[in-house]
Amino acid sequence: MARKTECLAMLLAGGQGSRLGILTKKVAKPAVPYGGKYRIIDFPLSNCVNSGIYTVGVLTQYQPLELNDYIGNGQAWDLDRANGGVHILSPYQQIKGTDWYRGTANAIYQNINFIDRYNPEYVAVLSGDHIYKMDYSKMLMFHKANDAACTIAMLEVPWEEASRFGLMFTDDDGRITAFEEKPKNPKSNKASMGVYMFTWSKLREYLIADEEKEGSSNDFGKDVIPAMHEAGERLFAYPFDGYWKDVGTIDSLWEANLDLLNPVANIDLSDDTWKIYSNNPVTPPQYISSTAAVQNSLITGGSHIEGEIDYSVVFSNVTVEEDAEVKYSIVMPGAKIEKGAKVQYAMIAENAVVKSGAVVGEDPQECKDLNEWGVAVVGPNLTVGEKAKVKAKTMVTEDVKGGAEI
Amino acid sequence: MRANNVLGILFTDAYNDCISDLTALRTMGSVPFGGRYRFVDFTLSNMVNCGIAKVGVVTKSNYRSLMDHLGTGKPWDLSRKNKGLFLLPPFNRGMGMYKSRVDALRSAADFVRMSNEELVILSDANIVLNMDYGKLVEYHIEKKADITICCKEGKYPQLWDIMKLKTDDDGKITKITCSPSIEEGEGLFGVNIIVLRKAFLERIISEAANENYDSLERDFLMKSLSKLNVYAYKIDTFCSVIDSMQTYYDTSMALLNPENRKQIFDRDNPVYTKVNDDMPAIYGIGSNAKNSFIADGCKIEGEVENSILFRGVHIAKGASVKNSIVMQSCYIGEDSKLNCVIMDKYGTIRPRKSISGDTTYPIYIGKNITI
Repeated sequence: MARKTECLAMLLAGGQGSRLGILTKKVAKPAVPYGGKYRIIDFPLSNCVNSGIYTVGVLTQYQPLELNDYIGNGQAWDLDRANGGVHILSPYQQIKGTDWYRGTANAIYQNINFIDRYNPEYVAVLSGDHIYKMDYSKMLMFHKANDAACTIAMLEVPWEEASRFGLMFTDDDGRITAFEEKPKNPKSNKASMGVYMFTWSKLREYLIADEEKEGSSNDFGKDVIPAMHEAGERLFAYPFDGYWKDVGTIDSLWEANLDLLNPVANIDLSDDTWKIYSNNPVTPPQYISSTAAVQNSLITGGSHIEGEIDYSVVFSNVTVEEDAEVKYSIVMPGAKIEKGAKVQYAMIAENAVVKSGAVVGEDPQECKDLNEWGVAVVGPNLTVGEKAKVKAKTMVTEDVKGGAEI
Repeated sequence: MRANNVLGILFTDAYNDCISDLTALRTMGSVPFGGRYRFVDFTLSNMVNCGIAKVGVVTKSNYRSLMDHLGTGKPWDLSRKNKGLFLLPPFNRGMGMYKSRVDALRSAADFVRMSNEELVILSDANIVLNMDYGKLVEYHIEKKADITICCKEGKYPQLWDIMKLKTDDDGKITKITCSPSIEEGEGLFGVNIIVLRKAFLERIISEAANENYDSLERDFLMKSLSKLNVYAYKIDTFCSVIDSMQTYYDTSMALLNPENRKQIFDRDNPVYTKVNDDMPAIYGIGSNAKNSFIADGCKIEGEVENSILFRGVHIAKGASVKNSIVMQSCYIGEDSKLNCVIMDKYGTIRPRKSISGDTTYPIYIGKNITI
């Protein structure tokens, strides 16, 4: 039997992230590379460890191979522990049959046994697809001080974006009085960040009730939390004011990467007191050659740069040959940009090759119709042939022949 | 061949004095090298890459940095229930601090005796080399050698007790000359990587104790050569034996050459080191980096050329670093200029200073120094 744990975290990492298209064809969204040497899941995992939460269940379902491999025994996050540590929780066969995780709440419901082993007072439910640095221990203190059944982390978003989020209304004490799910005309700008802290005895009760309810979609936002609210449970909103970004779309993933180069964006990964840990390949330092010209960029170990890099994020083991240009782009691990190729406003996925003279992406200022503009994407392990041209907003899902225009 | 049946023993203190500035506060093995490594990483990685699962690391003094770096041996996959990494600090049986490799081996005799491996590889830590020790072991077995010594053709390292070798066509060593003083010249010389049977090593250790040997090379190898099968294994890849600040500097600069880099950082035989989770290096607007080897966690706002930067180095606006080696977390202030400098960890150069050495005489700036 495991030792009693005050607070454990359940990390929802089963999402497909279908809006990321080719980038999540073979990997779950939390395993998508971000920020030069990280993957999205490094953020919630590192937050857990930095907050003193050392028991983490990672719920996987969609394409778990790469994610399982990446997490391993959790050593990279100091989560290889004698008691607790990281546990990969996939759907499993039971006596009444096999069941996939049908919703976020059902995923936790199916793992009640896992949580009960640690007999926790509190359970944090986190999503695996946001970039943010947050001290969950402070949130837990807030939760305890309010004697809450559930605390939801809340961020004030710009009013014009509020309609994209689940919104909350609170009274002066921070207690939630009402919810509004993605309304057309928002009356609040207090958005839910998808970070929940529950008192486990309460959550357990509501999960079982929700499971028995017919027609429930078994979702936290749609079913469990509204049910708690209706029953008059104490729900509180925990205000957060740091950097937070949902990287659910190509554009937001691209932006979130470039935010690292934007001093205004308020995300600092160099802070030693809140390190983001990651599981990285062993690489020598990066080499910048005498022909290279690097400006305002992030570059990671093992890369070999001979060309021009401007306002871009370059991951590990990337090769950029002479006269190649990379601008406003994200180049993921192992990718190769050959001589004279031009990559602009684009994301080049892992181990993709852009052959010499090829052009990927377009500058929005040269685009006639701005509605047609968007970030171009080259999928993992694909090749863009010599002198081929990939237009803005295109998602390359198969090899592009030399000279072709798509 | 996978060298599963081989025990590794690494001497981290050998020739500490030849770069006394860098080893004042640390062992030879923990001298930072190549942007993110320490010397011990190269030999240790060579050992584990060929399948060696048990390594004893012999230390003498000032080994805190080494212990901190090696930890449990996890980065080298040497944190194990069975076998793994063993730190062998001085084990005193009234012999005083050990003076030579033979002494050190004697104090580690129990460690050797308790190991089950059939062969032993002994290696110093002042060697920058990425080599498949499996092939070396294969060669040793094929030649039915008693002892195999790795060797290299070239200028003799400026170190005492260097073995100058003569071999016959088969590679068998016919003559070893070895003097306790430093000699100039060129030829075939032994780099201190040696393979032999464990039982044979144990015999040498006890013989050394009985006959009071000072030097493995002079008192044993040279004298017994005629009775033994001693073979030379020629290293055919990049190999540098550090014997002075100048070779430390030159070997560091050799990393800027792509061919050397390819040989030292072979993707299939990676060089492992302690991981520090630094963020990627950040290049500011107006920065200018050319022909440099740069570790993660650096922040470059100024100019850097022909240089090696370790993790967390910050080069402020207008500063210029050329032909230099700048170690972990140094800060180079605005409009300062460095040329041909070796700057140890945590140093600070205040704004508008200028320090210049020469490629044949790099200037050393000590740890924690502020200028």
